[in-house]
Amino acid sequence: MEKTVNNKAWFLVLPVLVVVAFSAVIPLMTVVNYAMNDTFGNNQFFWVGLEWFEEMVTSSRLHDALGRQILFTAIILSIQVPLGIFVALNMPKKGFWASVVLVLMALPLLIPFNVVGTIWQIFGRVDIGLLGHTLAALGFDYNYTNDPLDAWITVIVMDVWHWTSLVALLAYAGLQSIPQAYYQAAKIDQASRWAVFRYIELPKMKGVLLIAVLLRFMDSFMIYTEPFVVTGGGPGNSTTFLSIDLVKMAVGQFDLGPAAAFSLMYFLVILLVSWVFYTVMTSLDRAEAQQGESH
Amino acid sequence: MARITLKNLAHSYSANPKSDSDFALKEMDHVWDDGGAYALLGSSGCGKSTLLNIISGLLRPSQGRVLFGDTDMTDAATAQRNIAQVFQFPVVYDTMTVRDNLAFPLRNRGMDAKYIADRVAQIARMIGMEETLNRKAQGLTADAKQKISLGRGMVREDVNAILFDEPLTVIDPHMKWELRTQLKQLHRQFGHTMIYVTHDQTEALTFADKVVVMYDGRVVQMGTPQELFETPAHTFVGYFIGSPGMNLFDAKIEGNRAHLQGASVQLGAAYGPITGRTQIGIRPEFAVLTKGEGLPVSIRRVEDVGRHRLVRAEAAGQPLNIVVPEGLPIGADMTHVSFVADKINVYADDWRVSATSVERAA
Repeated sequence: MEKTVNNKAWFLVLPVLVVVAFSAVIPLMTVVNYAMNDTFGNNQFFWVGLEWFEEMVTSSRLHDALGRQILFTAIILSIQVPLGIFVALNMPKKGFWASVVLVLMALPLLIPFNVVGTIWQIFGRVDIGLLGHTLAALGFDYNYTNDPLDAWITVIVMDVWHWTSLVALLAYAGLQSIPQAYYQAAKIDQASRWAVFRYIELPKMKGVLLIAVLLRFMDSFMIYTEPFVVTGGGPGNSTTFLSIDLVKMAVGQFDLGPAAAFSLMYFLVILLVSWVFYTVMTSLDRAEAQQGESH
Repeated sequence: MARITLKNLAHSYSANPKSDSDFALKEMDHVWDDGGAYALLGSSGCGKSTLLNIISGLLRPSQGRVLFGDTDMTDAATAQRNIAQVFQFPVVYDTMTVRDNLAFPLRNRGMDAKYIADRVAQIARMIGMEETLNRKAQGLTADAKQKISLGRGMVREDVNAILFDEPLTVIDPHMKWELRTQLKQLHRQFGHTMIYVTHDQTEALTFADKVVVMYDGRVVQMGTPQELFETPAHTFVGYFIGSPGMNLFDAKIEGNRAHLQGASVQLGAAYGPITGRTQIGIRPEFAVLTKGEGLPVSIRRVEDVGRHRLVRAEAAGQPLNIVVPEGLPIGADMTHVSFVADKINVYADDWRVSATSVERAA
């Protein structure tokens, strides 16, 4: 059969192409351009090819920031996902309190990132902050501006405070969609509380939990504002995560070439990890479904 | 295993029930004998599932007691009651294999592995799923999943009762027959008390020794299929059992005669004075077309339903169904209908009235 060729259809796609070009492709190409050129000012650029990339790949500064970033994201995920599930399991299922709790849980998500940073920056201060002062009064040697460990704890606790709600709300939505008959059947089968969680709740929550993990991975891997406001990446470089380092390099030192190469690789890493994550999960799902169908 | 007694039981889903209509289950006393195969029959929303959930402990009754043998179990949790229940829609543990699904209730009771393996194999053979034991339950068809649910219900040998809540709704018709037969066989083999909820009378009548008919939150009659057919205790039973249901006529009863609109019918027995709305009920199977004896009838339609023909007619100003056996001609001279006198039941305000003296009609 011969297909009708009608190139007019391209015109219909044109508006979206233009919008995407201006909002994403052209800015990205500018970054690509910076990543391949060097300049000594006066808006004069000369071609350096992949030199910036080579420099960045071997840069110990970037390696350190990447290490901190991976550690941070790993800690965040390993706290927020179980905690979020735990919170969701204990949230009221219906009635007045369910609404109240939902609103309370949503609140941290509605606060602008820099405000969250400011809240914790003040909260943790030893001189005027409620948390810092209380800890100091109780005899703890707590000072997030001096001690790298304290700075890490503060940043992690802040992120847990800010984002656990997201995981909890997603898990809660997953839990609410489980038909009552499953719980009744489990009671009839004399299943323990753990078995109910393991064989009913967790499998039914799997879909939303994957989304939660993916979102929390991407967000925490790109974190910038909150730690920047609280610690500014310090003390020293101890809380300088990838984004903070990138901004220091690009805006602080005005090393546009390396910063551009850095940000491209950063972007690709997140894209890659998310894609791998997504593909593995969906193919696992498909494999399971197929295994169920075949005889 | 034990006899299950319901004492003054009633249930309302609202916290402060005011009138009778707030009760999903009206006050009742009922005994389920140990080892009986019961069908709980009634239309949707009559309280069948509520009753099951109270027996299994998923629901706590708002009043009354539930006794297993002589032990009060009203406040006992579901797990303590050791009851199996199969729901209308399949519930399987998706991430487990079919084998693990079947073994789950036994493992939860800490049975030893050898016993579990034997028992699971036995149940798998019964539900016809031996081939699929090692597959994940996820992705199976709805009726395969429901068979797993049934299997999980039957896997424990020491249960006090097995409750089925319309379990064959999603099963293919030919499979329904087979599974029902297997349930009966299982009942004969192990003698569990079984309560089978359904709104399908065929299902109820083929499964059970005793059928319990519920209507509007009440048990209106418990009896053998034959009792339900011949002497329905309530007009609802007459209407619900049988296809089509019982014919009802408003009538005035005087001794052993019932006076219908413009006609009179001989009854099989004499009745004392009756108050309230009086009706007589006659099964379509016990109405006979005649050439002049009985009530004048006008025939509206004749339907051939295979084994017999169904005559839709009108007599005494009311619609009337008559079952005519195959082979019997329906001629234009069939202008009257007579009722088999001792198959006529008399109802006052929908409840059956028993006769004061039985005298055979001549």
